[in-house]
Amino acid sequence: MTDSATKGLKPKHQRLVLLSLALVALIGAGLLAAWALRNQASYFYLPSEIIAEAPAPDQGVRLGGMVEMGSIEEQPDGTTIRFIVEDGTAKVPVSFTGIAPALFVEGSGVVAEGKMSADGVFVADNLLAKHDENYMPKELDGMTQEQVRKQVEATLE
Amino acid sequence: MIPEIGLAALWLAAALAALQLLGGLLGAGENGHPLAGVVRPAAVLQAGLCGLSFLCLLYVFALTDLSVLLVANNSHSMKPLIFKLAGAWGNHEGSMLLWVTVMALAGGAIALIERRLPERTMLATLGAQAFVGLGFYAFLLLSSNPFERLVPVPPEGNGLNPLLQDIGLAFHPPTLYVGYVGLSVAFSFAVGALLTRSVTPEFARVMRPWVLGAWIFLTIGITAGSYWAYYELGWGGWWFWDPVENASLMPWLAATALLHSASVLAARDALRTWTIMLGVVAFSMSMVGTFLVRSGILTSVHAFAVDPERGSFILALLAINIGGALAVFATRASTVSEGERFSPMSREGALVVNNVMLSAILGIVLLGTLYPLLTEAFDVKVSVGPPYFDPVGAIFFYPMLAVLVIGPLLRWRKDSFARVKWPVLIAAALGLAVLVAAALLSDISLLALLGLALSVAVAVSSFVPLRGRSLRRLPIAVWGMCIGHFGLAVALFGMSADSAFQQERLIASNVGDVVNIGPWQARLDAVKPAAGPNWVAMEAEMKVSYQGGEWRDARPQARHFWTPPQETSEVALITRWNGQLYVAIGNQTQDGRWQLRLWWKPFVTWIWYGGLLIALGGSLALVGRVAGDLRRRSAKGKLAERREEQEASA
Repeated sequence: MTDSATKGLKPKHQRLVLLSLALVALIGAGLLAAWALRNQASYFYLPSEIIAEAPAPDQGVRLGGMVEMGSIEEQPDGTTIRFIVEDGTAKVPVSFTGIAPALFVEGSGVVAEGKMSADGVFVADNLLAKHDENYMPKELDGMTQEQVRKQVEATLE
Repeated sequence: MIPEIGLAALWLAAALAALQLLGGLLGAGENGHPLAGVVRPAAVLQAGLCGLSFLCLLYVFALTDLSVLLVANNSHSMKPLIFKLAGAWGNHEGSMLLWVTVMALAGGAIALIERRLPERTMLATLGAQAFVGLGFYAFLLLSSNPFERLVPVPPEGNGLNPLLQDIGLAFHPPTLYVGYVGLSVAFSFAVGALLTRSVTPEFARVMRPWVLGAWIFLTIGITAGSYWAYYELGWGGWWFWDPVENASLMPWLAATALLHSASVLAARDALRTWTIMLGVVAFSMSMVGTFLVRSGILTSVHAFAVDPERGSFILALLAINIGGALAVFATRASTVSEGERFSPMSREGALVVNNVMLSAILGIVLLGTLYPLLTEAFDVKVSVGPPYFDPVGAIFFYPMLAVLVIGPLLRWRKDSFARVKWPVLIAAALGLAVLVAAALLSDISLLALLGLALSVAVAVSSFVPLRGRSLRRLPIAVWGMCIGHFGLAVALFGMSADSAFQQERLIASNVGDVVNIGPWQARLDAVKPAAGPNWVAMEAEMKVSYQGGEWRDARPQARHFWTPPQETSEVALITRWNGQLYVAIGNQTQDGRWQLRLWWKPFVTWIWYGGLLIALGGSLALVGRVAGDLRRRSAKGKLAERREEQEASA
């Protein structure tokens, strides 16, 4: 080990240099991730929440609630539907262009992914509906008892 | 009777694991301890018993024995046989039995084959393997018994989730599990080497084929899973950053880093502690993945049981195993002396970059996957998707690829840029040319643009290590490296081209209408009902033509299953060498038109060809390494024989 590139560095120092480089990169990655997560995570809203505090129009979010009975309206282009999502206290009109899942029906739970436009219509680019008896989108699963009760009442009315 | 045999075999295997742990610990602590002799036989016997237990489970599923709770809940007598068998692991209990079985088989295999390391290190390794195994036996036997009986016997079973009734399912989970659980061997070797203070190049050489094997299966599993999601979900995407996908990607990232650092340790005796750390991390990621997928804290087609008790059990196992390994690491890492030095401009230097970048990507994926769970603790619900993972991951992935253009050309220990200047400059120039051309041709996102350029540069440079060498005498492992790196370039090209050039059309079409999409024309001729053994469907009869050429059939279906009831979309895929036409049928509108969704996805298939090439590269490396080891072993044997002869004649 007499060549110039490795001579100056003792093994212990090389280990230290490598370790600090790795640490800097990993901490950098962590900070970057934390920053990006705050900005890029898509938050979940109930209709009452999204009305009280609307997200920025370019912010991707998820809106979850029940599809109001009798609210699904097919548009003339054949690929766009409009409907109303409600949580018992508030209602939000939703517009969705695409193929709706087969289990997307009125009176059932839905999570819409998309953006809240400035005119108060939620523009969805994806719909997650109840898959089967046992499956509910995770976000709806955690609704408080009060919210669920209200929804049931709203559905029965 | 058969289910009881399966259960008894499992209990016996668990008892043997306890014996193996005890013998391993005592044997590793003291040379020539009497219990040391039982360790290897216990590991082998355990593998046999687990295999028997798994066969019993397959048997009750094949016969649809509805007196077994698991069969009644997850199978149905009218399913085709292949899906009956696949149903054995298409549920929580069965998949955990598969996990334990693969783990026991891996442990049995190293006990049977591996004789190169010091015996005390092997005993500690097998002890560690038994320790991890015991936790999963406890989980299986105490909270997830797959052989539980059901009284009274129901007349019919509940069926299997239709999304999982696909030939992909028959092979996807076992493939991934071999990968996941195969990494337990790396974990055990790392712990064993630490405990007996023998972190040597030989240790890396012994561990490497096992990591390679697991990694090949992971690669295939991830590739197949991606293709499955692509054609089964009908959403046109091939990767959704779903937690379940991330759960398989994270061990792969760690194992990829481990493979590369192990090659530094094996060839140059450097990066000792780092390699050990990665060995621990890789299997830890497998366990984190299992926890995420199986605990039911995430909703997905993979989360079978929403049972908090099971979640806590896996979490406890995770804490014990990872915590224990890290404790061993913390107390022993300082006794591992520093390895050999190297200059930053060397093969080692490039591999360090590879490792740091892969670890950073791993951290980013892990944080993004766990973030929704963390915020849920504060009652804030979020989901994290491509807007986070794509750019943040690329910040580390792309520089790593840039280094990959140079790294394989460098010599070990110390090299100069001047020596490899020309091939690197040519690759960079080609990449740059592609960048400029693509940027001028159309409006492409920065990520896709850089991806196209880097994929070309990496593809060109990946075969440069072959230059000036006799192709016949070149070690197979070098071929493996070149093909693996080339595969990565092919996959990246497919991803970037799909994202840059794909076209999508969504329309409501009357029968007889013609739709244009990219170079394709598609005509809807009819929509008719179709039926299978456990489903009915609406099937669109379509004709499609590429650039006015011959009309080919495309028949997308919207399927309805009844056991259990569910709707799925069966897309029609028309494959050409330069891409795929992807057609899905939706719902019928009130005025009788049909919703159709079509994508033209240029070069999308290259993503999965690339994945397979990566796996092929790994397989060649594995064959090369094992063949090399065998040659060395026989050479050593001959040497010893000759010495004996000489001694005898003297």
